[in-house]
Amino acid sequence: MTTEMSPESVSGPSSTDQSGPESFSTTASKVTTVLGWLSLASIAALLAFGLLISPPEISQGESVRLFYIHVPSAIVCLYIAFSITFVGSVIYLRKQSVFWDLVAGASAEVGVVFLGFTLATGMLWGKPTWGTYWTWDPRLTSTAVSFVLYLGYLAVRRLDMDPVARSKRAAILGIISFANLIIIRYSVAWWRSLHQGTTLDPRDTQLDDSMLVSFFLGLVALSLTFAWLVIHRFRVAWLEHQLEAQQLEVAIAERTASAGPTGLAAGGA
Amino acid sequence: MGWEYVIPGYLIVFGSLATYTITLLRRGRQLAAQLPPEKRRFLD
Repeated sequence: MTTEMSPESVSGPSSTDQSGPESFSTTASKVTTVLGWLSLASIAALLAFGLLISPPEISQGESVRLFYIHVPSAIVCLYIAFSITFVGSVIYLRKQSVFWDLVAGASAEVGVVFLGFTLATGMLWGKPTWGTYWTWDPRLTSTAVSFVLYLGYLAVRRLDMDPVARSKRAAILGIISFANLIIIRYSVAWWRSLHQGTTLDPRDTQLDDSMLVSFFLGLVALSLTFAWLVIHRFRVAWLEHQLEAQQLEVAIAERTASAGPTGLAAGGA
Repeated sequence: MGWEYVIPGYLIVFGSLATYTITLLRRGRQLAAQLPPEKRRFLD
């Protein structure tokens, strides 16, 4: 797995060759190479602490180890990824900036992946803890609604239509979907919920030190991985945008070339 | 008690991350190959 995550192992050429703009043959760069290795190191540390070093919890047993990936996944997607999408969408609507449109889309896609992790690990944690994989609890339901909303956002971004109109619609959906995150955040306070409230209170934690370390390693590992993925996803989106523009230029040139002689002939007749 | 839930959880997360990463990097390489170097810049 660690080999698969390496930028060089898939991208081929060493990323140290990517220093100049003319040499961008992949989406890797020096910054992402460093970030990629930091992500791998922190993931290795998380696996060591989360699965081997930290002890089982008294009441939950080994299943507490899901806490080290479930909560960090939720924090990364709900507080970081979709906030970036929201900010990017707002800026896009104000400035019509392609950069911010692509940033919003990249962050949403990676955020949906992390939200999928949150739901999957939450369900796996729910079975031994609550006795069921799923229940229509306010926190779980609102999170599932968010998952569907952001899937819809990604679907809108893939619509075959005018790129500007498509980006505007996606930006509006990115802003609307953000409102549901507030419901997720406060659902455990607004309604009677099976889901626990604040997981970690820094002023009063009874967690074992190695459990705390595992949790923070999970937060660091998934945050770094998220950052690395978003940068690469943005670069892929940028290349897609450039290719779309190039294809449009070629199509216009071909249409102009084929219409020229015909137009003259029609004019002469 | 609980490993039957923990192992699938970690496999789902890190297996999916590895798959997504490989897909993303391959896609980037394919797209870059279709563009001239001056259009491979990530920002204008």
